[in-house]
Amino acid sequence: MKAVRILSRNIRDSFKSVFRNFSLSLASITCITITLVVVAFSIILSYNVNNFTTEIERDVTIVTFLNVDIDDEGRQTVLKEINKLDNIAKVEYESKMTIANEMMESSDVYKNIMSSWTEETSPLQDTYLVKVKDIERISETADQISKIEGVSTLKYGEGMVDKLVSVFDMIRKVSLVAVVALIIVTAFLIANTIKITIFSRRREIDIMRLVGASNINIKIPFVLEGLILGLLGSIIPIIITTYGYVAIYDKMDGQVFSSVIKLVEPTPFVYEISILLVIIGMIVGMFGSWRAVKKYLKI
Amino acid sequence: MNLIAIKGVSKRYPNGVNAIQNMNLTIEKGDFVFVIGSTGCGKSTLIKMLYREVKPTKGSINVGGIDVAKLRNSKVYKIRRKIGVVFQDFKLLQKSTVYENVAFALEVLGLPKDEIHRKVLKSLELVGLKHKAKNYPHELSGGEQQRVAIARAIVNGPKLLICDEPTGNLDEKTSMEIMGVIDQVNKLGTTIIMVTHDTKIVEKMQKRTILLDSGRILKDYAKGTYKNEGRKNTK
Repeated sequence: MKAVRILSRNIRDSFKSVFRNFSLSLASITCITITLVVVAFSIILSYNVNNFTTEIERDVTIVTFLNVDIDDEGRQTVLKEINKLDNIAKVEYESKMTIANEMMESSDVYKNIMSSWTEETSPLQDTYLVKVKDIERISETADQISKIEGVSTLKYGEGMVDKLVSVFDMIRKVSLVAVVALIIVTAFLIANTIKITIFSRRREIDIMRLVGASNINIKIPFVLEGLILGLLGSIIPIIITTYGYVAIYDKMDGQVFSSVIKLVEPTPFVYEISILLVIIGMIVGMFGSWRAVKKYLKI
Repeated sequence: MNLIAIKGVSKRYPNGVNAIQNMNLTIEKGDFVFVIGSTGCGKSTLIKMLYREVKPTKGSINVGGIDVAKLRNSKVYKIRRKIGVVFQDFKLLQKSTVYENVAFALEVLGLPKDEIHRKVLKSLELVGLKHKAKNYPHELSGGEQQRVAIARAIVNGPKLLICDEPTGNLDEKTSMEIMGVIDQVNKLGTTIIMVTHDTKIVEKMQKRTILLDSGRILKDYAKGTYKNEGRKNTK
């Protein structure tokens, strides 16, 4: 009962305090707002980079050409052997006739030449289109497939894929480090702003100590105040992110430059970002207040 | 019975100043004691050690059964809840009303609202400021602000009221009014320790008076024996 009373008093006082020290609160809120906008921007950017690199990687296919003279049974055996490998995500079969039909549809020249081809006379090869789970192990998997009886050759853009994978991997790592660094910098920036605002309230802390408030009792209202500041500070960044991202997505038709680079769909992405911003704002606000008050509680 | 027992206490500040040197002092429950002496004689250090704003370098200080000298930083509130402190500069929360300022001391203890209400009004009545409960400190005179500070200091029914130059900022007439309030608090059973420069007040009140010099007790006048021996004002 006593704890509930103290807590409810603390919550009431924190709200009061935010408004009674409004100019100081506004300084902290502005600082949180600006930094959270930057954080939101970098998260969106890094998430999108992450997303389209993953999309591109997912599109990488090992085209497995089978021997020309392979029969149905042979094809089934190859399929079974491929599926036995652990890095396989999906296998699709494309017969030489399907390929020929596709080619004939695409041009009249092909049509003239290929129309006379039959199952037996076609020089094309049946293929399996293999997608892998882990793109970094693609060469290893390709190597295993090439050793299967009945497989003639493989094509997967060998060197290019390897390079692409390592470049994308680096981009992802760099963007992740940048976001984390930005959040840490934000935390300290906000902590310092709050520290300055609390500095002007040392007297209040002194009086609290004087009348017998325990350290935890002094900290709680300030920490709650930090939480409220974080909450208020995240409102504008959330509005900017939500409306801004939807607007950009609509304007660019969900893609950048070409259909290869796709943007992440706004829902539920913007909601996730919003929740993340609120959480970052609150935690950072609380952390800042806690650190600042702690400094003034030492003798 | 002793409320305060100071045994062999010394305080040396990090800058090398010996503020208090091997002091022994006992103060009885219900007593009213003045602490006087020139600037830098250790008066402030002495009372700051009582409410554990300053930690002694050596010796033991027992206040109402708590060894203040050994109290950890995080446990300071335990002694503060048994002691009321009044300062020269009042130390009121400027953005809170008179009522809120006094209630604050009880809220930190987590008392129920109606109990806080009753105690705050009683305390404000004692200092004669019940009618100004809704005013803010800056709307009050210095004397009235000091009364609020006293009301806050005693609202919790402390055993000891420490006054650090409570009349330092007030004129003579207001000072005597404040002394009247403090005397009344004393009569209700609270022990009072008051540091002051104003020997006129000390002479008038005729209470036990301790004269400090260079961190030592120079003289300990028993109740009714203090006379201003040629010192106009110890300032």
